[in-house]
Amino acid sequence: MRPMKTHFPELLDAIPHGIALLDRKLCIVDINRSLEGMIGYNKDEVNGVYGDFILRTNLGNNDQVCRKVLEDGQSVSREGNILSRGRKKTPIQFTVSRLHDDKDNPTGILIVLEDISALQAKGAEFQRDDQEFGVLGHSQQMEKVFELMSVLARTDASVLITGETGTGKDKIAEQLHKSSQRGRKPFIKVNCGALPAALLESELFGHVKGAFTGAVNNNIGMFRLADKGTIFLTEIGDLSLPLQVKLLSVLDDQAFYPVGGSKKIEVDVRIIAATHRSLRQEVEQGRFREDLFYRLNVLHLHIPPLRERDGDIRLLLDHFLRLFIAKLSREITGFTRKTIDKLNRYHYPGNVRELRNIVEYAVTICQEEKIGTKDLPQYLIKPTKSPQATPANIVSSSLSPLSPPAPPEQPAEAGTGGWAEVEKGKIMDALLKAGGNRSQAADLLGWGRTTLWRKIKKYRLT
Amino acid sequence: MKIMITTRGDFVSPRFDMSSEVIIATCYDQQLLEEPHSLILSNVSAESICDLVLKENISVVVCGGIEEQHYQFLTWKKIMVFDAVIGPHAEVLKLVLDNSLKPGSILSGVTSREESS
Repeated sequence: MRPMKTHFPELLDAIPHGIALLDRKLCIVDINRSLEGMIGYNKDEVNGVYGDFILRTNLGNNDQVCRKVLEDGQSVSREGNILSRGRKKTPIQFTVSRLHDDKDNPTGILIVLEDISALQAKGAEFQRDDQEFGVLGHSQQMEKVFELMSVLARTDASVLITGETGTGKDKIAEQLHKSSQRGRKPFIKVNCGALPAALLESELFGHVKGAFTGAVNNNIGMFRLADKGTIFLTEIGDLSLPLQVKLLSVLDDQAFYPVGGSKKIEVDVRIIAATHRSLRQEVEQGRFREDLFYRLNVLHLHIPPLRERDGDIRLLLDHFLRLFIAKLSREITGFTRKTIDKLNRYHYPGNVRELRNIVEYAVTICQEEKIGTKDLPQYLIKPTKSPQATPANIVSSSLSPLSPPAPPEQPAEAGTGGWAEVEKGKIMDALLKAGGNRSQAADLLGWGRTTLWRKIKKYRLT
Repeated sequence: MKIMITTRGDFVSPRFDMSSEVIIATCYDQQLLEEPHSLILSNVSAESICDLVLKENISVVVCGGIEEQHYQFLTWKKIMVFDAVIGPHAEVLKLVLDNSLKPGSILSGVTSREESS
């Protein structure tokens, strides 16, 4: 066979991946410098040696892949690894293609070996991130959300995420960004409710030096920081009307003028917005522009509240328990049956965030092997009425009017109220037993007379 | 002294962890005591070959590419390892008996140059 010759060694060496050229007998004709580094042989040593002896891939015995490519001409891309002369295993993305001469006769094989060890390490990091920060749920409601998320991640349209406070809107936005094509580009989060309107404008769109008092430097703004990536506008319902106009123009033209600037800046940004308010209701009340609402609401993702997610409470309890046991180095084996029942019955107005805080509190407080009801925050001992009962708080999966979420429980007050009731009862019992004699009643309670007198006065028992 | 060579066909297999066949030879004073016999392995993994090496009381292992951890394990078990060897296993065995094999050797019979010449 007439051996192939490479007339472009410099070109091969300039390619940042390993390249191997094999003849029709699958013996090495040429390798580039990157591949020399990967396998630990130089090209003079390996010239003419059967390729698989040198590359040591795991692409099947007897070079099945290369033989098949040589036979049918269909390029193959596959993940695998190689073992170097220095005993190092490197994960590789192989691309095997057939080479032809002028008359289209196969002359050999080209193998491109891309080192993917950095990518795999990044992947493992993402998995760790997912375990720690990802969105968990196996309820039917969440399965639907996950299904929708995978569809939304493939598109580039604006997404509006709604849901009560603590349902994980931020995390879902981040996941959407990570799994989208923009995943490697920046993800910029802006809380529209956190800054006054004037500051927010400069924060979002940037300003030029001297635009206003104190603008001593140019500021490129969040939109330009997020160029080619995603900008996440959380609490979009709190955005002021003038800024809504400017945001609408950015959405339409993908361009804007920085504060005080005269040069139009073009950006390529995907917008994900989130709010716990009902934007439709805000539109009706004239606090939110209708055109911006329709522009943002291209794709809508509603996160159900925790109390509507069947079976997820237990899953999340176990997840956060494991997390905090590891974090706080505690030796706790689980929850008692009574605690589980109590936690399952609770309605979680603060959703997953509240559940996480309850578990953190319990793990910190618990001194025994299992978390009991006494280790739970006081406000859980006397659960208040579920907001499910109030129609204003029902959140539908469509964009039906979303009521503002129920104000968080007043734990401190509820806790005091609960204890006050108990204490009042104890005082009444003692007084009854003592036949109204306060000294005897104080003895029965183990208090001094003045303490009892003070408490009677406090609870107006006289 | 027992010698094990991981093989593929007539050659030393390119990878230790992907070898499905080994040849075991027993020698004394640079002479083979019996005809080398080959074993087909039911499990293809570096761990199962390491187990076999210990079970068969092998003193010398000849192989192609091997991962550092398996190489270190075998040498820690006082087994001599000649790795990154490329060539026909019959030739390799002769060199082991002559004490002239070196790790990383590329023997004749593995290049197309020799065929065309």
